[in-house]
Amino acid sequence: MMVDIIPTAFLFFLAAMVAPFVPVVLRSVLLVALPILAGFQIWYLPEGMLLQVGFFGFELELMRVDPMARIFGLVFSLAAFLGNLYAWHVRDTVQQVAALLYAGSAIGAVFAGDLITLFFYWEGTAIASVFLIWARRTEGAYHTGIRYLVVQIGSGVILIAGAALFYRETGSIAFENMTLGSLATWLIFLSFGIKCAFPLMHNWLQDAYPAATVTGTVILSAFTTKLAVYALARGFAGTEILIYIGAIMTLFPIFYAVIENDLRRVLAYSLNNQLGFMVVGIGIGTELALNGTVAHAFAHILYKALLFMSVGAVLFRTGTAKGSELGGLYRTMPLTMIFCVIGAASISAFPLFSGFVTKSLILSASAKEHYYYIWAILLFASAGVFHHSGIKIPYFAFFAHDSGLRPKEAPPHMLIAMGIASFFCIAVGVYPQPLYALLPYEVEYISYTTTHVITQMQLLMFSALAFTVLMRTGIYPPELRSVNLDSDWSYRWLLPRMIRKIATVVAAIWNGILSFLTQRLKNIIAGLYHSHGPEGRMASTWPTGAMVIWISVLLGTTLIVSFFG
Amino acid sequence: MATEHVHVARTLMDHLPVLVVLVPFLAAPLTVLLGSQRLAWPIAFVSSLVSFLISIKLLMQVIDGGVISYHIGGWAPPLGIEYRIDAANAFVLLLVSAIGTIVMPYTVQSIKSEISERHHTLFYTMYLLCFTGLLGVVATGDAFNVFVFLEISSLSTYVLVAMGAKADKRALTAAYDYLIMGTIGATFFVIGIGFLYAGTGTLNMADIAAHISTNGADRTIETAFAFIVVGMGLKVAIYPLHLWLPNAYTYAPSAVTSFLAATATKVAIYVLLRFMFSVFQPDFLFEINALRWIMIPLALVAMFAASLIAVFQSDLKRMLAYSSIAQIGYILLGIGLLSATGLSGAIVHLFNHGITKAALFMGVGALVLRSGSSFYARIEGMGKVMPWTSFAIVIAGLSLIGVPGTAGFISKWVLVQAALEQGWWPIALAVVASSLLAIIYVWRVIEVLYMAQPADPTRREAPLSMLIPLWIMALSTIWFGLDTDMTMSAARAAADGLLNGFSIGGTSVGH
Repeated sequence: MMVDIIPTAFLFFLAAMVAPFVPVVLRSVLLVALPILAGFQIWYLPEGMLLQVGFFGFELELMRVDPMARIFGLVFSLAAFLGNLYAWHVRDTVQQVAALLYAGSAIGAVFAGDLITLFFYWEGTAIASVFLIWARRTEGAYHTGIRYLVVQIGSGVILIAGAALFYRETGSIAFENMTLGSLATWLIFLSFGIKCAFPLMHNWLQDAYPAATVTGTVILSAFTTKLAVYALARGFAGTEILIYIGAIMTLFPIFYAVIENDLRRVLAYSLNNQLGFMVVGIGIGTELALNGTVAHAFAHILYKALLFMSVGAVLFRTGTAKGSELGGLYRTMPLTMIFCVIGAASISAFPLFSGFVTKSLILSASAKEHYYYIWAILLFASAGVFHHSGIKIPYFAFFAHDSGLRPKEAPPHMLIAMGIASFFCIAVGVYPQPLYALLPYEVEYISYTTTHVITQMQLLMFSALAFTVLMRTGIYPPELRSVNLDSDWSYRWLLPRMIRKIATVVAAIWNGILSFLTQRLKNIIAGLYHSHGPEGRMASTWPTGAMVIWISVLLGTTLIVSFFG
Repeated sequence: MATEHVHVARTLMDHLPVLVVLVPFLAAPLTVLLGSQRLAWPIAFVSSLVSFLISIKLLMQVIDGGVISYHIGGWAPPLGIEYRIDAANAFVLLLVSAIGTIVMPYTVQSIKSEISERHHTLFYTMYLLCFTGLLGVVATGDAFNVFVFLEISSLSTYVLVAMGAKADKRALTAAYDYLIMGTIGATFFVIGIGFLYAGTGTLNMADIAAHISTNGADRTIETAFAFIVVGMGLKVAIYPLHLWLPNAYTYAPSAVTSFLAATATKVAIYVLLRFMFSVFQPDFLFEINALRWIMIPLALVAMFAASLIAVFQSDLKRMLAYSSIAQIGYILLGIGLLSATGLSGAIVHLFNHGITKAALFMGVGALVLRSGSSFYARIEGMGKVMPWTSFAIVIAGLSLIGVPGTAGFISKWVLVQAALEQGWWPIALAVVASSLLAIIYVWRVIEVLYMAQPADPTRREAPLSMLIPLWIMALSTIWFGLDTDMTMSAARAAADGLLNGFSIGGTSVGH
């Protein structure tokens, strides 16, 4: 047992404690320097269980270092570094401390070797991150934050309930691969699923991420969901149901993303879609698939952060992220435009960009295990990604019709942060070997085969062609507040109306039940207030005699129970 | 495992069991005799500090399950009076003396505003007497001696509560009510001891225990049990016998409330434990019945009813008083479960709740010092003008709820475990459900302190002499929430010691 190692998470917590007392300029330096330090520590950590702490008769494993934990730890440090660099201009102590605590908790969770430690960090990420939403300090952000917090804390509560049952069943709290079956594992699975934004549990994501501050969203996008991906990969690799969940996750956000006008929300939907790819990889569970998941998570954190940063920079300069109000910004924000295009190319998996080399691992794994339908769905989803993230984001922000806005170029620190992220996106795409070397399993995989490149290029080119044709023929008038790039009219018009009809009925029933329950609850509280309130019988100070009566009653009862019990 | 050190005392170290009581006992008249207001505080502080240090030493000696038997004046029990220190009472001694010492610096500023000038010297005398009484109750191994010390502490408590009359005249009626109630309780207790003496012919607790375990229980002893439990139950503030508590805590000076809330009821619980588990053996049927049919239901009622009352209160100090009654419910629940885990949960909650409540009442005292009252309407927005005080209240409030990472969590966790161990999961659920009520009443305080605009933004933060003791307490709730080694092992040793009764050392006592 080694004691001379400080868990990486504690470095962040320490910094968070010191940060409020550090002068403003130094604080930004601290925020940027610390993730680098943490990254170095993670890089040089030996493998194994490095630190045990006794807690209540349990042995907590605070530092389990293996290749999977290491690569997530590294990319989280990198994301923290980029996010903090991007937020260099922020002078809000709350946000800065929250960002440190959040990153620290996420990294701590990755190295957690048991379910209790995981739970602590799991809740840590929830509590710390909500301040990034509240930091916007608007009424709407406050309510969004509360909703987000309820979901996230709920996920943690389900996790600890599952962990408690798991301990009772198996007598172990170790966080290892589990098989679904008992209530315990289902609860744990559900808790991971909520954080991973499984379909029907995903709404918190689109609700919360676009509501955070410009810099907060960048940081939010990196940790929570990827932590869930890590937890699933660690706990439920090879669970078949995940393949189908993942496939649905890749599909359904596309339709929302294409009709969404707020560009940050579009990115939130596409984040959901990208998570789907990773979840499919976990579900397949072979070495190749898990490598694909981990690699894709690595690449995804970087290009998603890059996209959020570029849209954030636009929001920062123009005050809006609505597609219908933007356009033509390439004139004055050329660098941001270039970075955004690099991010878009990466997420669309253009050859020579990071998405290509990582996504193809998952696609190949699904084909290799003979999941051809899944393979086809993933392929279709890739095309969808290209539509809404690859083309829509850069097109509507920087090109399209001229909005007349002439904002300044993004501030230098943002450009540097975006530049570094872009560098990684391209570097991973061009030369993936170092990334492959970090993966949990041996990789003998070549992304750049002729077939791969051609398939991908065909897909991309036809998508682009479709887009161009549709734009040229004027099927999508630019003044539409939400522009649907997908060819399917029914999803834009018919489905929403159908959903709306059903929703009205459901809402009516729901409201009925809810108001009935509220009324009942109000009555109960009123009753309780009547009896327990300051003027109620229960709380009144009775005369001394009353108490004497109670004493005799109690004495009598005790005697009776003792004698005849 | 348990070894008995029969008293062959020659050095000062061997006299520690009596010195822990004797030092404050002698210091109390000294303050009056000297009659100097300037000297009263230093004398009181030094003597309580000495007691505190002795308690630490004593706990270290007995934590491995040892027992120290000290014979007063060299007279061997059962004729002579015996002081008997084992893990259970050493732990409570530590709690009492620690709180007594830490509250000391806090009293200086607090009583300046809350007690009239001419009573200041007397305050320290009474404080020391109360302190002595509580320590004596815990340290002694003689049943009648328990009663004597109980009266010493009770009588001085009535005076201390009445000293709140400068701020609010209702302190006088509160003290009067408490006097009547407390006397009835003490009378019941002494009647119980009388029955015990009639039934066994001895007053030494170990001797009584030995007598009961060899000869079995008869009606006299069963009656004694009922009287002792009910009499002490009043001091504990078991649910329907709690009526003296809200007023006494609300109208007593803040320093007194901080001290009493953390110690007085806890000492009474210790006596209850000592009698239930050591003197009467729990394997007797009548005791199991009493616990199962009286203790547990009353504990559950307390947990919910008192918490609900606390939810609707509009006075912070009164709210905390009711929450104390609810928290006592948890402790009684742990006792009622009649298992080693339940008992150690009860003992550790006794400690953890003691420090939590001390912190909270100190915080209230600081608020009262600056705002003049503890009504929610008067302390609105104090989070902005008194950030240190308010934040300490928040920390202790979290411990009151039982948030992980605070002391309150540890004890509730053990209690839940104990309930599950016996398969009584509805009780485990009840513990969790009543904690939800605690969330509500603590959240109301946070809302009052932070979400409103301060009525008077020119108020200042409390003085350091109050803040430091307050923060020592607040931080210790976090400390004991993270480092559970000391509290849990002591509670475990105490529980084992209590469940074993005097059966191990008992035979060697009469030699």
